[in-house]
Amino acid sequence: MIPRYSIALLSACALGFEILLMRLFSIIQWHHFAYMIISLALLGYGASGTFLSLASKRLLAHFPLAYVANVLLFGLSALACYLAAQQIPFNAQEVLWDARQPWYLLSLYLLLSLPFFFAATAIGLALLRFRQDMSRLYAADLLGAGLGSIGIVLLLFIAFPDLALRLLAAGGILAAALASRELRLPLKLSLLLAGTALLPLLLPASWTTAKLSPYKELSQVLQISGARIIDEHTSPLGLLSVVESPLIPLRHAPGLSLLATSGPPEQLGVFTDGGAMTVINRNQGDPARFAYLDQLSSALPYHLRQAQRVLVLGAGGGSEVLQALYHDVAHIDAVELNPQMVNLLRKDYAAFSGRLYDEKAVEVHINEARGFVAGSAHRYDLIQLAALDSFSAAAGGLYALNESYLYTVEALQTYLDHLADDGLLAITRWVKLPPRDALKLFATAVEALRRSGHPRPEQRLVLIRSWQTSTLLVKNGAFSPAEIQALQDFCEQRAFDPAYYPGMPAAQANRHNQLPQPYFYQAAQALLGDEARAFLADYKFNLTPATDDRPYFYNFFKWDTVGEILDLRGQGGMPLLEWGYLVLVVTLFQALLLSLLLILLPLLLRGRWPTRRQSCAAKQAIGHWRAFGYFLALGLAFLFLEIAFIQKFILFLHHPLYAIAVVLAAFLVFAGLGSRYSQRYADSGKQGKGIRLAVSGLIVLGLVYLMLLGPLFSLLLALPTLAKVAITITLIAPLAFCMGMPFPLGLSLLDSKAPRLLPWAWGVNGCASVLSAVLATLLAIHFGFSTVVLLALALYGAAAFAFGKTS
Amino acid sequence: MMLIRLTLIFLLALATGTATHAADTYRQARQSMVQAIEANVRQTSLYLDREALDPRVMAAMATVPRHEFVPRSHRKHAYKNRPLPIGHGQTISQPYIVAIMTDLIKPKPHHRILEVGTGSGYQAAILAELVDQVYSIEIIKPLAESAKTRLAGLGYDNARVRLGDGYYGWEERAPFDAIVVTAAASYIPPPLLKQLKPGGRMIIPVGSRFMVQQLVVVEKDLKGKFTTRQILPVRFVPLTGKH
Repeated sequence: MIPRYSIALLSACALGFEILLMRLFSIIQWHHFAYMIISLALLGYGASGTFLSLASKRLLAHFPLAYVANVLLFGLSALACYLAAQQIPFNAQEVLWDARQPWYLLSLYLLLSLPFFFAATAIGLALLRFRQDMSRLYAADLLGAGLGSIGIVLLLFIAFPDLALRLLAAGGILAAALASRELRLPLKLSLLLAGTALLPLLLPASWTTAKLSPYKELSQVLQISGARIIDEHTSPLGLLSVVESPLIPLRHAPGLSLLATSGPPEQLGVFTDGGAMTVINRNQGDPARFAYLDQLSSALPYHLRQAQRVLVLGAGGGSEVLQALYHDVAHIDAVELNPQMVNLLRKDYAAFSGRLYDEKAVEVHINEARGFVAGSAHRYDLIQLAALDSFSAAAGGLYALNESYLYTVEALQTYLDHLADDGLLAITRWVKLPPRDALKLFATAVEALRRSGHPRPEQRLVLIRSWQTSTLLVKNGAFSPAEIQALQDFCEQRAFDPAYYPGMPAAQANRHNQLPQPYFYQAAQALLGDEARAFLADYKFNLTPATDDRPYFYNFFKWDTVGEILDLRGQGGMPLLEWGYLVLVVTLFQALLLSLLLILLPLLLRGRWPTRRQSCAAKQAIGHWRAFGYFLALGLAFLFLEIAFIQKFILFLHHPLYAIAVVLAAFLVFAGLGSRYSQRYADSGKQGKGIRLAVSGLIVLGLVYLMLLGPLFSLLLALPTLAKVAITITLIAPLAFCMGMPFPLGLSLLDSKAPRLLPWAWGVNGCASVLSAVLATLLAIHFGFSTVVLLALALYGAAAFAFGKTS
Repeated sequence: MMLIRLTLIFLLALATGTATHAADTYRQARQSMVQAIEANVRQTSLYLDREALDPRVMAAMATVPRHEFVPRSHRKHAYKNRPLPIGHGQTISQPYIVAIMTDLIKPKPHHRILEVGTGSGYQAAILAELVDQVYSIEIIKPLAESAKTRLAGLGYDNARVRLGDGYYGWEERAPFDAIVVTAAASYIPPPLLKQLKPGGRMIIPVGSRFMVQQLVVVEKDLKGKFTTRQILPVRFVPLTGKH
């Protein structure tokens, strides 16, 4: 009996483990380092190919035991390696100074790659053992992974990440018990293994609790005497920690005017994954306590016109909602993505927040910001996007890898479309030096206004700044002299500086908060003038507006600047480096190096590289280069398509989490079905035909989708979420079905022509998948996701052309 | 007995020799740290608006034994131009940044200076070399206690440390000629602005624990009006000469 159930369970657990590790390390470290660590750990898949090519004979001789042992080792190491990794004091911020840090990082890679290595070895072994059923086994692998991707999302709704880890480890061990049944090993063994599965659940809870880096925001706040976590909630959207600090108040009011006489009232801090703090203000119905909200740069729009209907995007703990209430707004729509955040204000801390989210004037919507606006029938007097990320994370360029559809040109167009006549869009960001966010937003707004057919954007924009924050206003109409006077008064009363308004004289800039030069004013003038293009080209950071096809607002990196910054590293220059992008490049470089090593290693050790004469001798045989190229291309192309389409569908489903879960699961499940279907081509020896058919199908579909998805999405935007999910699945199904066929058919073909290359193909494919994920992001940053799709289709085409002929 | 005595004398001499040797090594290391800072400042001069830092500041940097302010395990790196962790999620800043921050507040011998966020006490010690009175507030108890002991042990009697919430400043000792706020602040506390003398300066490093992104200098003019200056402690302009 082929062990398809244990393979499916193992794959489900391995994929769940991968996603869970990302969550855990985003809590312990920072997102982008988590990304690097887990990407590299996935090379464990590639390493299994190397290992199998060296040891498959011996392992196959003891197949049932070897297979069960590897499955078991996955389960045990998933837990053990995580526990060991927690003991490694890796501190990303010290990498440049501390010679030990790279070694810590390497140990993390190695430790975390072990579970993936065992999982892949088990699956690879099974594929080798049951060659005639490769497509069926591969289908079980994909179907399991698809279920795993949905399963982990569901699990994270009910279990904290550390409990989820125990459950996955237990699942891995159970898979071993299942495997021993499937392979008819003694019942006693199966029972023993099933008993062992309880082990992870019996460990003390403190062992698996994530230990945060002491430099994360939450750890820092907890250093204050009296500060403590009073509540925690978990979901796939993040771990929310509510912190009270009764002795020394939190006092969160970024950008508060120097002239403000009072600060915020008592606050509770709410951290997401140990960072990105938002606050809940104690509200006892006394509006005077919230006077501080009028002393922030984000209060500007309320001084230009009386808003009746306001939309707050990213409402979080409710500061912007309070700000609107303070300014007597009649109706506030507050949009927040995370339902647990809303629950904090509605249930757990309802009294503390003065039932803010149940106020008559406030209507709360649990929704993704942009999707909400796109689907809204209302027109607003003010749309306020004021949620700030944490400064240190924003300043370090740590979000560079995060796709964000909130700040793209198309997003701003959508917001502008939903403004009432003379309505305002207000966006507040941190002031960084040299300026980055605020200027990129300004450039984005100029582009959005132009695309929306407003020939004179300079009439519709204003930008002001405090010493810490900047607020950009975009108006649906031209700013009037009265409004400009109100802006000047607002700034003067708070020691803020105007950076741009229509007709602003240079002397007005840079008075209260002085920069070496009036950078903001100069940049705004340049971005509105004829030399905008030259300005963007010359500026030392990337300020080119993000678009839906290249949704990397937070990426400010420019290669031209790296050398200069590195020269300045001893002189306080390192903070200028935009880390996120560099981490991506460094990850790719390391993955490339390790992949090469992993692929070459078995060949060097065993001298298995076939000589040219050997290859030529059998004309029918498949040359190693051709096999190498085929599996490399498939490994790259599969994930290119998957990643690019996840991004395309995020824009349709508008909820990043649902989009990722639905698209990923649909891809894996339908690819699994495709793989199963392909068995008939393998059985009849017509693998080449199967490959050609599948690739032709997916190329046609890919091209059609590329052209039609945009218009189709705009047409279907207003449908309810469930209908959109159904449409998503329907659209992905045929594409994924085709994508599931080339890999098992390639293996099957290889088995009939050059079986000794099989483990090697498995390894190459594993390495390529790791490279692919990193490369896809890098390509999308530079060329956009459409290019990633085109490239993937070209890779599939080339692979089919080179390999399909062979049969 | 004689033999024991001789041995003791020998061991004592050896120990003293080692101690002298260590002190020399540290002095040399400190000297090269100061030279490195001077070289960096020369390169950055245009942007800091000065050719060199105040010689008194540099003298203080050359005097304060930085190795006493870092954990034993990091002593060998004490004079490297890098920040170091001191426990409790806190750090001792890069010497280059400490020198620039100190210079920017223009300390004079008769000054009374407030520091918010004592940390290891290194910045307080530098200030204590330069001015009459240094008052420093630390929010984390173990750090406050160890800094207090350390500064006293090194003879910095003019530096006083207390445990508490820096937000309210040190009312009894106000006003101050300068205020150094090294603890992260979401906004500048109004009490601190009040406790700053007219003509005084406040400096706030902004960024993460290991990397100072920018320095914010708050100036209170003689009429009590505030301006801030944002300074990048680095020779770097965002635009090329064309614009």
